Amino acid sequence: MLTYLIRRLFAVAVMLVVIILAVFCIFFLIPKWAGIDPATMFVGKQADKESIEGVREKLQLDDPVLVQLFEFFKGLFVGRDYVGGGTTTHCGAPCFGYSFRTEQEIWPVLTDRLPVTLSLALGAAVIWLVIGLTAGVLSALKRGTLWDRLAMTGALAGVSLPIYFTGLVSLAIFAYQFDLVSNSFTPFGDNPAKWFSGMVLPWITLAFLFGAMYARLTRATMLEVMGEDYIRTARAKGLKEPVVIGKHAMRSTMTPVLTLLGIDIGALMGSAILTETTFSIPGLGQAVLKAITDRDLPLILGVTLITATAVVIANLVVDLLYGVIDPRVRLG
Amino acid sequence: MTDHEHKSRKSPESAEPSGTPEASASSASAASQEDEKAQALRTEVTTSETPLPKPVDGAAADAAASDLTGSGTAPGEPVLSKEPPTAFLEVRDLRVHFPTQDGLVKSVDGLSFTLEKGKTLGIVGESGSGKSVTSLGIMGLHTVGQYGRQRPHLSGEIWLNGQELLTADPDSVRKLRGREISMIFQDPLSALHPFFTVGHQIVEAYRVHHAVDKKTARKRAIELLDRVGIPEPRKRIDSYPHEFSGGMRQRAMIAMALVNNPELLIADEPTTALDVTVQAQILDLIRDLQKEFGSAVIIITHDLGVVAELSDDILVMYGGRCVEYGAAEQVFYEPQHPYTWGLLGSMPRIDRDRTDRLIPVKGSPPSLINVPEGCAFNPRCPYADVPKGGITRTTRPELTEVKPGHLSACHMAQEDRERIWNEEIAPKL
Repeated sequence: MLTYLIRRLFAVAVMLVVIILAVFCIFFLIPKWAGIDPATMFVGKQADKESIEGVREKLQLDDPVLVQLFEFFKGLFVGRDYVGGGTTTHCGAPCFGYSFRTEQEIWPVLTDRLPVTLSLALGAAVIWLVIGLTAGVLSALKRGTLWDRLAMTGALAGVSLPIYFTGLVSLAIFAYQFDLVSNSFTPFGDNPAKWFSGMVLPWITLAFLFGAMYARLTRATMLEVMGEDYIRTARAKGLKEPVVIGKHAMRSTMTPVLTLLGIDIGALMGSAILTETTFSIPGLGQAVLKAITDRDLPLILGVTLITATAVVIANLVVDLLYGVIDPRVRLG
Repeated sequence: MTDHEHKSRKSPESAEPSGTPEASASSASAASQEDEKAQALRTEVTTSETPLPKPVDGAAADAAASDLTGSGTAPGEPVLSKEPPTAFLEVRDLRVHFPTQDGLVKSVDGLSFTLEKGKTLGIVGESGSGKSVTSLGIMGLHTVGQYGRQRPHLSGEIWLNGQELLTADPDSVRKLRGREISMIFQDPLSALHPFFTVGHQIVEAYRVHHAVDKKTARKRAIELLDRVGIPEPRKRIDSYPHEFSGGMRQRAMIAMALVNNPELLIADEPTTALDVTVQAQILDLIRDLQKEFGSAVIIITHDLGVVAELSDDILVMYGGRCVEYGAAEQVFYEPQHPYTWGLLGSMPRIDRDRTDRLIPVKGSPPSLINVPEGCAFNPRCPYADVPKGGITRTTRPELTEVKPGHLSACHMAQEDRERIWNEEIAPKL
C-alpha cells in the first residue's frame, strides 16, 4: 500500500512535469511559430519599437527555447529575476510571472481565488451528491411511478438547461423577487452568514447540472445492482429491505459514482467559469475568463497549471478510494 | 448409489440426527424438542409401513393424496383443505404466475409435494421448468423487492412446521428466511457480495437472527467455516469472495446457509458452476451436514447424477408442473413418464457402448405463456401416437398413483408404459 502510494505520487510528479511542458509549448512556442510576438501582447499594438524590445529583453523572449524553458522551470521552483532597462525584478517561487495587464504577480492572484472556486465546487459537490444519489435511488426503487417520471424529467432539465439560464432565473426569483438570499458574493472572512447566503444560489445552480447526471447514473446502476445474485442472497439471509438496499446495493452503486466524480472535478472548471461569471464570484473561473479576453498569457498559464494539478490530485484520491470501496482493486 | 445405501438412509436411526449440534440445542425451546420427538415417532411409523416419507396416518394421508392427484383438476377451484399438514414441509397446489407484456407466464402451475425432516427431495427438470421459481416461492422471495415490476401471482399453500407461509405476514416470513429456511445458490461468486469479506457476510447472516455481539458471531462463523472444510478458518474468514476458489466459495456459501441451523435447506443447482472434482466434494458435504444437522433438504438440479447421489424422493418437473414423483429408486429404476425416460437417456455414462448415441429429448422446453393444451410434453413426446383409449390431445393428464407412493402424469396405459420402458428404453441405458 505504501509502495503503491509512493509510486503513484511519483507518477503524479511526472504527470505534472509533462503538463508544464505542454503548457509551456502552447503558450510560448506555438505563438512564436505562428508569428505572434508575446511582447506585443504585453505592450499593446500602438507601442513603439523601443518598449517592445525592452519587454523582449526582460522576458528573455529572444533566448533559445531551452533556455526559456529552463528559466520557466526555475521560476516555478526557486523563483527568477527579470532583468531589463536597468532594473531587476525578483519574482519568488513559485513564479508564474507577472500579469500582462495589471502587472501583478500571478501566484498571489491564484492563491487568492483558488479557495473561492474550491468552496463553490465542494459546496456544490456535496449538494449534488446528496440530491443526485437520493433521487436516483428513489427513482430506481419506485421505477415507473409518477415520482420516477418527475425526478427523471427534472434530471433531464438539469442536464439540458445551461448554467447562465438556471443561474439568472434563480437569481431573479430568489434574490431579487423574494429576497431570500444575497445576490452578491461576500468573502467568508468578512461575514460568514452573508457568504453562505451569497453562495447558496451558485451552489444550487452548479449542483442542478451535475446532480442531474448523478441521479440518472445512480438510478441506472441501482436498477442493475438490484438484479444481482448477491442482493437475492442478502434477502435470503432474512435481512430487512432497508439493509439490503442501504448496505448491500448502495455499496456497489458507489463505484461508478466515484468514477464520475473523479472525471467531473476536471470538467468542473468550465462550469465554474460560467457560474462565477453569472454570480460575479471572484474565483479562478472569472479570472481566467478575463485573462482570455485580455490575452493575459501568464494568468491563463497559471490557472491552467492549477486546474491540471487539481485534476491529477483528484484522480489520485479517487484511485485510492477505489481500493477502499472495492477490495477487488489491488493497490500495489 | 446402491439400493442398500438407500435403504440404510431410510432407516429410523439415520432419518433423525443422532446428535443435535450445540447451537441448535441451546436455541431450541422445550416445545420444539417436543415436536422433534413427535416427528421422530412419526417418521418411525412412516418408514415401517412404506419406504416413503409421505404422511400415512389416516385422514391427513387421504387429504394429501387427494391434493396430489387433484392438483391440476380445475384451476379455478383447487382442492385446498387449509388444514395444517402433519408433514414438516408440505406444498399444496403452488402456482406462481408472472404477468408480463406478452402474457401470463405460468412458471409453476399446480405443484404439490411433501418433505420430512432429515429427508432429501430432488427436484429435476430442464431450464425453465419452474424449479428455481418453486424454491424462491418457498423462500418467500417473490413478494419482496419487486420494485416497479408487476408482482407475480402466487396461490396455493406452503406449510412449514404447521405454519402457512403464503398468507403469513411478510415480516414473519422474513424472520424465517435464513433461520428456518436457508438457500444455497448456483454460482457462489455472484451470490456472495464482492465488497464484503466472507466472514462479514456470515456474521451478518447470524446476527440478523441472533442478538449476539460481533465477537460471538465471529466465533460461530469460524466454527462453521471450519466445519465446511475451509482450511485455516481464522485467517480465511477475513478473505473476500474473489480470493477463494470456486469450491471454497460454495463451502463458504454453505457455511452461511447453515449458520443458523436451518430446518430446511434449499440447494439450487449447488454444483452446476463448479469443477467436476469439486462437485462430488460439495455433494458429500451437503449429505454429511444434513445427517449432522437433521434438516430437510430440497436439491434442485438438472443433473440426475446429483439427485441419484443425494435424494430420497425425486420430483420431475416439466413446463411448471410435476410429471413424475416418487421415491428415488422408483423414479430411477421404474420411471413412468416419457420425459423421465428422456432425462435418463440424456445422461452420459462411461459404461455405455461408445457406438450407442445418447437419447436426447427432442425439441425445446414449452413456452410458459402458451403451455400446450393437454399434456405439455406431447409435442416432444416420442410416444405421443401410442393409442390411449380415446383420450384426446387436449385432455391434460393428471398425476395419478401408478404404484404406492409413485405418481405420474401420463395418458399412456400402464401396460404400454411398462412395455416401452422394459423393451425399448431400459436396455439402451
